[in-house]
Amino acid sequence: MQTAIDVRHVTKKFGERTKHEVTALDDVSVSINDNEFFTLLGPSGCGKTTLLRLIAGFEYSTRGEILLYGDNLVDQPPHKRPINTVFQNYALFPHMTIAENIGFPLKMLGKSEKEISNSVNKNLELVKMREFSHRTPDQLSGGQQQRIALARALAPDPKVLLLDEPLSALDLKLRQQMRSELKTLQRETGITFVFVTHDQVEALTMSDRIAVMSVGRIRQKGGPTDIYEKPANRFVADFIGETNLIEAIVSKIEGKNIFCTINDTITLKGEGETNKNIGDHVTLALRPEKITLYHIDENIEDTFTGYINTTIYIGTDTTYLMTANNNIELTTREPNSIVGQARFKEGDKVNIKVAQGAIRILED
Amino acid sequence: MNQAKREATRRWLGLGPAILLIFIFMIIPLCIISTYSFLESNPYGGVKPHFSFAAYSQFLFELDFDDNVVFNPAYLMIFWRSFVLALATTILCLLIGFPVAYYIALQPPSKRNLLVFLVTIPFWTNLLIRTFSWILILRDSGVVNNILIWTGIIDKPITLLYTNGAILIGLVYTYIPFIVLPIYATVEKLDIRLFEAAHDLYANRRQLMRYIILPLTAPGIIAGGILVFVPSLGAFIAPNLLGGGKKLMLGSLIQLQFASSRNWPFGSAVALLLMAVVLIAMLIYILGPARKTDMGEHAG
Repeated sequence: MQTAIDVRHVTKKFGERTKHEVTALDDVSVSINDNEFFTLLGPSGCGKTTLLRLIAGFEYSTRGEILLYGDNLVDQPPHKRPINTVFQNYALFPHMTIAENIGFPLKMLGKSEKEISNSVNKNLELVKMREFSHRTPDQLSGGQQQRIALARALAPDPKVLLLDEPLSALDLKLRQQMRSELKTLQRETGITFVFVTHDQVEALTMSDRIAVMSVGRIRQKGGPTDIYEKPANRFVADFIGETNLIEAIVSKIEGKNIFCTINDTITLKGEGETNKNIGDHVTLALRPEKITLYHIDENIEDTFTGYINTTIYIGTDTTYLMTANNNIELTTREPNSIVGQARFKEGDKVNIKVAQGAIRILED
Repeated sequence: MNQAKREATRRWLGLGPAILLIFIFMIIPLCIISTYSFLESNPYGGVKPHFSFAAYSQFLFELDFDDNVVFNPAYLMIFWRSFVLALATTILCLLIGFPVAYYIALQPPSKRNLLVFLVTIPFWTNLLIRTFSWILILRDSGVVNNILIWTGIIDKPITLLYTNGAILIGLVYTYIPFIVLPIYATVEKLDIRLFEAAHDLYANRRQLMRYIILPLTAPGIIAGGILVFVPSLGAFIAPNLLGGGKKLMLGSLIQLQFASSRNWPFGSAVALLLMAVVLIAMLIYILGPARKTDMGEHAG
């Protein structure tokens, strides 16, 4: 598979050699494949937007280099990079019509009138905004402006499209709709998308691969399933989705299976890419939906008992907060498949079963 | 209803002082001037109460020795010189003022305020005094000539003072803050992210200036241009002091009529003509952009 963007050991410091020096990116390396929907996911201030701006050329790295299909981008200003950006605030030119906005990059590249108008029409069609070509940006809603920003960035047929939290200003319904449209658009155009977001749902639903970032570093790279089901460390497990973090001690190692004991009472089989020894303290991650509850009178193997402390009704699901054995706090969630009420109520004693392979041993 | 009435009363009370001021110091003098322009001059000062178009016809025509009415371009030439000098002043002010305003607007906010403050410093001193100092700078034994002679570039002083160039320098110097401030105000409001977007979309520096920055700062450029052009057209101090009164401009011409020439009607007429030209120019500006958007919407 061809590499579209190769970020090699990039460090970015702001306010260097002043007392306000901030390291936005700390030795970041990542390869983004051709024709891939790649997402940079992380909380605000994690450096994801800085990395995007470095790829676009608005900032220059303190150390390290970025390659585009093998070409070093170091000395290339933004207007010489075949990379376009969809900005968070859309950044449509207020003094131009929609058609002029979309035609702008082509005009700058010196394309003929005919080529420009063909491309404008094609891209308006692509984002289903044909009839808006003569309006001005201030006559459009946020969602419509979003589509125009997308059409404008796609018009010059860039090698890579950068998207800086483009959905964050939209309301929920529109956001959901745009998610699937963006994904479709990426497949249809075959352009490499680099998408920046702090929204884990966006990342999980759209991406081919995700890089989870925090404080200037990439903490884990992988497909949505890997990231969600096999978090490598505490940060990723905690940032993406809900998770039970359980402190345990390694008690037995059998090849890949690592058995961990919690509070000297429950022993669970965990998985993880770690080099742990017997007696080591570890943190286990367990997704709430990987826990199944059974009534105490049901006879199920490999369970342990607990008490329901709190039930929280959230529409589609009910969340149970419970205490298992000796003060192990666990959260679980199950769909409200029965009409009327939740299966358990506060104070119920239950049998708790953990799905096979659901326990992850975190690196730190 | 009561509420609305009270609102209206309050509005008029608020506007009252301003309206009164404008009425006393602008409307009444204008009425006096326009009345005077249609009267005959009194050689001993003031006017004779006889209705006459003489003041207006004097602008273009004169009586020769045989009492024939002949075309006299002298005043038109003054008008033309004023117009050219005002235009040159505006263009020079724009060329110098735009980069300054642009630079200030892109500084961090704390530094911006200081720089704007520096631009306004010349206003602290009386314009007459500042213009007199230009005489000290430009005269044959002035700073510029002394330096040029001292460095050996020239061996005898070149005439700088009492030329059109001197007037131009004086006018540009006087009016440049008036162009820096409105342009600064529009550039400051610009969204810098639009510049990034333009760069991202393949615009180089020149294209960014032409297609994004200039169109978006046009209101400030036009406002500043008017603020410079209009007063330059009727300027009096700089042409009189730095032009030595040899190169008459409209301001000096009007002043002369009320002082030594004792032709108040003609002075009034020239003042009104000047105002008419300015008004027409303003109307073109105000109606211009509106017309353009109308056309744009019809096309769409």
